[in-house]
Amino acid sequence: MSYVTRVWQDHKTTITPWLFLLPGILMFAIYIVIPIFQSIAISFYRWDGLGEKTFIGLENYRELMRDDIFFTALQNNVIWLVLYLLALPAGLFLALFLNQTTRGIRIYKSLFFFPFVISQVVVGLVFSWFYDPSFGLFNTGLMKIGLSPIPVLADERFVTYGVIIAGLWPQIAYCMILYLTGLNAVDGEQIEAARLDNVRGWRMLWYVILPQLRPATFIALVVTVIGALRSFDLISIMTGGGPWGSSQVLAYYMYEQAFSEYGFRMGYGAAIAVVLFAIMLIYIGFFLAKMYRDEKGR
Amino acid sequence: MFPTPIDKTSSATRVAYKVALPVALLLWLLPLLAVALTSVRSSADITSGNYWGWPTSFNLVENYTAIFTNSPLAAYLLNSFKVTIPAVLGAIALSSLTGFALGIYKFRSNLFVFFLFVAGNFIPFQILMVPVRDLSIQLGVYNSIYALILFHIAFQTGFCTLFMRNFIRTLPFDLIEAARIEGVSDLRIFWYVVLPLMRPALAALSVLVFTFVWNDYFWATVLTQGAHAQPITAGIKSLNGEWIAAWHLVSAGSVVAALPPVLMFFLMQKHFIAGLTLGAVK
Repeated sequence: MSYVTRVWQDHKTTITPWLFLLPGILMFAIYIVIPIFQSIAISFYRWDGLGEKTFIGLENYRELMRDDIFFTALQNNVIWLVLYLLALPAGLFLALFLNQTTRGIRIYKSLFFFPFVISQVVVGLVFSWFYDPSFGLFNTGLMKIGLSPIPVLADERFVTYGVIIAGLWPQIAYCMILYLTGLNAVDGEQIEAARLDNVRGWRMLWYVILPQLRPATFIALVVTVIGALRSFDLISIMTGGGPWGSSQVLAYYMYEQAFSEYGFRMGYGAAIAVVLFAIMLIYIGFFLAKMYRDEKGR
Repeated sequence: MFPTPIDKTSSATRVAYKVALPVALLLWLLPLLAVALTSVRSSADITSGNYWGWPTSFNLVENYTAIFTNSPLAAYLLNSFKVTIPAVLGAIALSSLTGFALGIYKFRSNLFVFFLFVAGNFIPFQILMVPVRDLSIQLGVYNSIYALILFHIAFQTGFCTLFMRNFIRTLPFDLIEAARIEGVSDLRIFWYVVLPLMRPALAALSVLVFTFVWNDYFWATVLTQGAHAQPITAGIKSLNGEWIAAWHLVSAGSVVAALPPVLMFFLMQKHFIAGLTLGAVK
């Protein structure tokens, strides 16, 4: 018996799972895990992406502290995060509205879900037209009721909100589907029992339904927070971070700095990415902790 | 059932609901209807500012022919398929292996490896951008569809592993145990016992990952440039820059870009929704 076969015979049960894992782990390590650490390392360098890297310690982070646009982006990320959470109650409301058994309701449910299936690039274009000051539906409506048009995407005061509304559209659809699936699993007997006790409407929703929807709410919360912090496509399509950086978010600012038209600033971009990563890590930790408890509880 | 089934309410509520339903849907999809309508308008309509009225003529064939003949849209569309299909197959192949390993075997770092895949799902793309671009250049695949395929396979493997592993955990373990006692090799158990049972999971993941990869825009702009390699999301963005004020063409292009995932969703709706809930909401 050769050495290899002997090792295989002795450690078969230990080695087998790793053989199944190998291709996946390899790809994941090369493309996801290692790049995270590389990015953290690059954030301590000045680098144009081609030439030599120069180690500058924390200089990129010090520069961030003096960078007004960075703070605008950070602040906008907070606004995104807070307003994106509206997708949860809005999605729940839609789900309650559609949780019926009338004829054709299935097709209604899928049509309401539509916005989530479409690329955000298309969503961004659609909303850019919607806001267009000369012909967009939004301003046509404003003028109909006697108001002067507002160029939403060109106005520093409104631009971020305008983009967030575009983002909420598919996000609400996503939350709606999560809640519809959740409502399907709600225990009918509990509802009947509560009805006999004369619990109805809001009280029923709050005390009987919502507690049973907790798994759906949890997933909706996680995907919404991540979605808010990942916002890139809509900014890129609708505003490019403008006007004057007023609609900037970290995800887009990082890209803009790293591939800046004034020369690639990979180190500075990486530093912004590290800040964004650190913020996300809080939520990832939160999610994993919950998963860990569920796993142990099994 | 909550809310109260509409059939059990007063007839006034029933009528109100029947009216509210289509009205709400119309308002909800208004932006999309506008795009669909704009995509069949004539350029005369666009220049005369007739954006919201009834189109003076229906230029369905003209407009859609125009975008395919006068622009590289067909190339972008083809690239999207060339990126998405291998990426879906790759991610599903890798994750059925990892999902099997993490779902069936007990070993010390099982949970750690699993959590690594799960956490990878949620990280911001920006933390990967510079090194992945660099890696693609070194591998000689930068600015080609292969750069996108490789990245998407790796990234989607995280999500798919989460899903596959949880799905395999719900399978009857006795079946696998019985096969083992019979002396069936692990590879054959995977292929002949577990994989056939995973069909619903494979279907759910295929449609979902198809949509995710098809709609990707960030990596398309980071890893590729130009019509020889860019998928349609990035293509629409650059055509939008070229066709200034030719809204009917941009709309038609948008419809084309949106159609494949929409069709996927309608054909495989049940699987799609099962996938979205991450298997957590049963």
